[in-house]
Amino acid sequence: MPELGRAALIVCLGLAVYAVVAGAIAARERRQRLAESAQNAVVASFATALVASLVLLVGLVQNDFGLVYVADHTSRELPLGYTISAFWGGQEGSLLLWLLILTGFSAVAVLLARRSAPTLLPWSVPILAGVITFFSFMLVAVSSPFGTQAAPPDGAGLNPSLQNPYMLAHPPMLYLGFVGLTIPFAFAMGALIARRSDELWIVVTRRWTLIAWTFLGFGQLLGAHWAYVEVGWGGYFAWDPVENAALMPWLAATAFLHSVMIQEKRGMLKIWNVVLVIGAFALALFGTFLTRSGIISSIHSFTESSIGPWFLGFIGIVLAFSIALVVSRLPLLRSKTRLESPISREATFLYNNLLLVAFCLTILWGVLYPILTEALRGEPVTVGPPYYNFFLKAFGLPLLLLMGIGPLIAWRRASLRGLGRTFVWPAAVALATGAILLALGAGSSIPGLVGYTFCAFVMASIVLEFARGTRARHALGSSSWAGAFSSLIGRNRRRYGGYIVHASIVLLAIGVVGSSAYDTVAERELRPGQTMSVRNYDLRYVDNVTRRGANAQELRAIVEVSRGGERLGTLEPGKNRYFAEQQVSNEAAIRSDRLNGEDLFLVADQIDPDGTLFLKVLVKPLVNVIWIAGFVFLGGALIALWPDAREQRRLAVRYGGREALARA
Amino acid sequence: MSPELVLGAVLAAAAVVFVAVPFLRASEPPEPETPPDATLAAAEERDRLLAELKELEFDHRTGKITDEDYRSQVYPLRRRAADLLPREAAEDPSEQQFSPPTVPSSRPDR
Repeated sequence: MPELGRAALIVCLGLAVYAVVAGAIAARERRQRLAESAQNAVVASFATALVASLVLLVGLVQNDFGLVYVADHTSRELPLGYTISAFWGGQEGSLLLWLLILTGFSAVAVLLARRSAPTLLPWSVPILAGVITFFSFMLVAVSSPFGTQAAPPDGAGLNPSLQNPYMLAHPPMLYLGFVGLTIPFAFAMGALIARRSDELWIVVTRRWTLIAWTFLGFGQLLGAHWAYVEVGWGGYFAWDPVENAALMPWLAATAFLHSVMIQEKRGMLKIWNVVLVIGAFALALFGTFLTRSGIISSIHSFTESSIGPWFLGFIGIVLAFSIALVVSRLPLLRSKTRLESPISREATFLYNNLLLVAFCLTILWGVLYPILTEALRGEPVTVGPPYYNFFLKAFGLPLLLLMGIGPLIAWRRASLRGLGRTFVWPAAVALATGAILLALGAGSSIPGLVGYTFCAFVMASIVLEFARGTRARHALGSSSWAGAFSSLIGRNRRRYGGYIVHASIVLLAIGVVGSSAYDTVAERELRPGQTMSVRNYDLRYVDNVTRRGANAQELRAIVEVSRGGERLGTLEPGKNRYFAEQQVSNEAAIRSDRLNGEDLFLVADQIDPDGTLFLKVLVKPLVNVIWIAGFVFLGGALIALWPDAREQRRLAVRYGGREALARA
Repeated sequence: MSPELVLGAVLAAAAVVFVAVPFLRASEPPEPETPPDATLAAAEERDRLLAELKELEFDHRTGKITDEDYRSQVYPLRRRAADLLPREAAEDPSEQQFSPPTVPSSRPDR
């Protein structure tokens, strides 16, 4: 089957090149049939990418070791689920997944924009097709997943750290986020090329950015949970360059989703918004480059390969093209209105944007500095967690506070009297929370105490916002309080979905602060029968056991756990020795307390043949609140994404041409 | 020729046909209509003003701005929207729920 896969990719490349050329000519010369033909080529490219993907998937499932990719990333003993996840477990397969998602999103965007933005679409198709051209070229000429060989008796297997159920969802979710940022970029560039001064591109890009941002955010949380349960060091985010690579475009997209509201409501920040869309897309490409070039060493990155220079070249072209385009269209992008007051809703959005972008650039510098230093001086330099944690506190705490301040301030300008009235309750809740926590001993970590006080302030302002809004709707005639609440959200899904996302960020902050500022770590050498105590847990090492798993030999230490004399159960931290891969992995054991969100996390650092256990114990308060935050985030994002018929009707009237406008 | 190559050729042929479909039509379809920039700008400005008036009203109802601030902001906005507001409101009656009241608010400051 590899010939079919190769042929499908070549056809995909041909279609993409055709769509670039035909699409550009059609847009320039206003040839409608040619434009539709180019659009069809983009849609057809998805079909060809799908065929290529199916060929690889069949090869994986059938253990076709004649395919180099299959032999390098699977083995006969690998369970089926992980065999499927090997599709994106290697360089070439993950590039193919990129292409599949890219063509799929592009096809959907083209089909939707034929109705919602037909005048903008012809200018955006060549941009979409240009990106498809790059990825299909990489798969055809540089990094093909369809290389063949004389089939060996068995494959090399899959990296043990990738043999985790989260690997089935985390990488595709991140790719959906990375790739999704292509669509806003294409429509923003299309609008600039077409010299469109209206805001149709904002309408199209806002929803796609929200989709990509949701996938990227949820994908990162899935990745954090994977790191937590699989990597076995007790943490969930290590400021690894590849983790940062996913965080940076998410921060840029977050800034855009806020600043775009200022453009919609006040007609300001047009240049800034275009720059954020370009930045988010370029950072997504940069993240892909970091993961694939072999330029950095990371648990998440692929091995060194020849694709790095190609990616670097493509990023350079994208940046040069888009910056030149923005500069040439500056007169179109100048705002006519100005900020009326530094104390207004739009001003808080502006401060939020500055902090988000500053944080994003700080992370970018932390990623680039070691690479540049090594390239220029030949000395390896590491930028570690202390650097990032400092800026997380410096930018993160004010951002958290702004999330609470923003909803309380009116648009345009607010008076001190008005502010005093709206701030009194959230401020009182925050101060009371801080005082109670101080009395309970939370003062052992000042950033932790400040973080929780800010969290209380934000949560109180969100609750107040829902309460005041519901009361206002009830006063307008809603029959019941439930009806008023539902109508409040239904009539402004973006705003109230956004508040729910803010609540999820508060939950995330509560979990991160609790599990990092107030955690306990202990290490001890134990012989069978010996005990140790950590916080209020008592642990007794019973013995160790060796057994055969599906594709690995499992060595486990049996540890009895009790608290206050009550036996809570047995945990089995240990190690797996994988047969095909000839690698050993750490297997942590975790006991989660559903009542207080705390985890007891055990790592068997070493188990000697004589039975001696080197046990690492972590008690992580509130860590489970982080994972709950992920679902709240998803819920809020879905509410914000849910189509609003009234808004769609209004936009159809606005952009539907003279006839529709005449009817208005 | 292997069956896989034949399948590849079929895929390529199907793609070509799909891409050529628009040319099989007898005549060039009309180009989608783009409203003039000035018209679009006016429509966007009208929507923006309506949204601002709704926000202002909502902020007032939820106690974010005082009566005094409300009055100082609502009149200039209403003046700017004066010739545009009725058309939009007539288009969608539900828009009127948060549209400015016809008399200045008598809601007392708390």
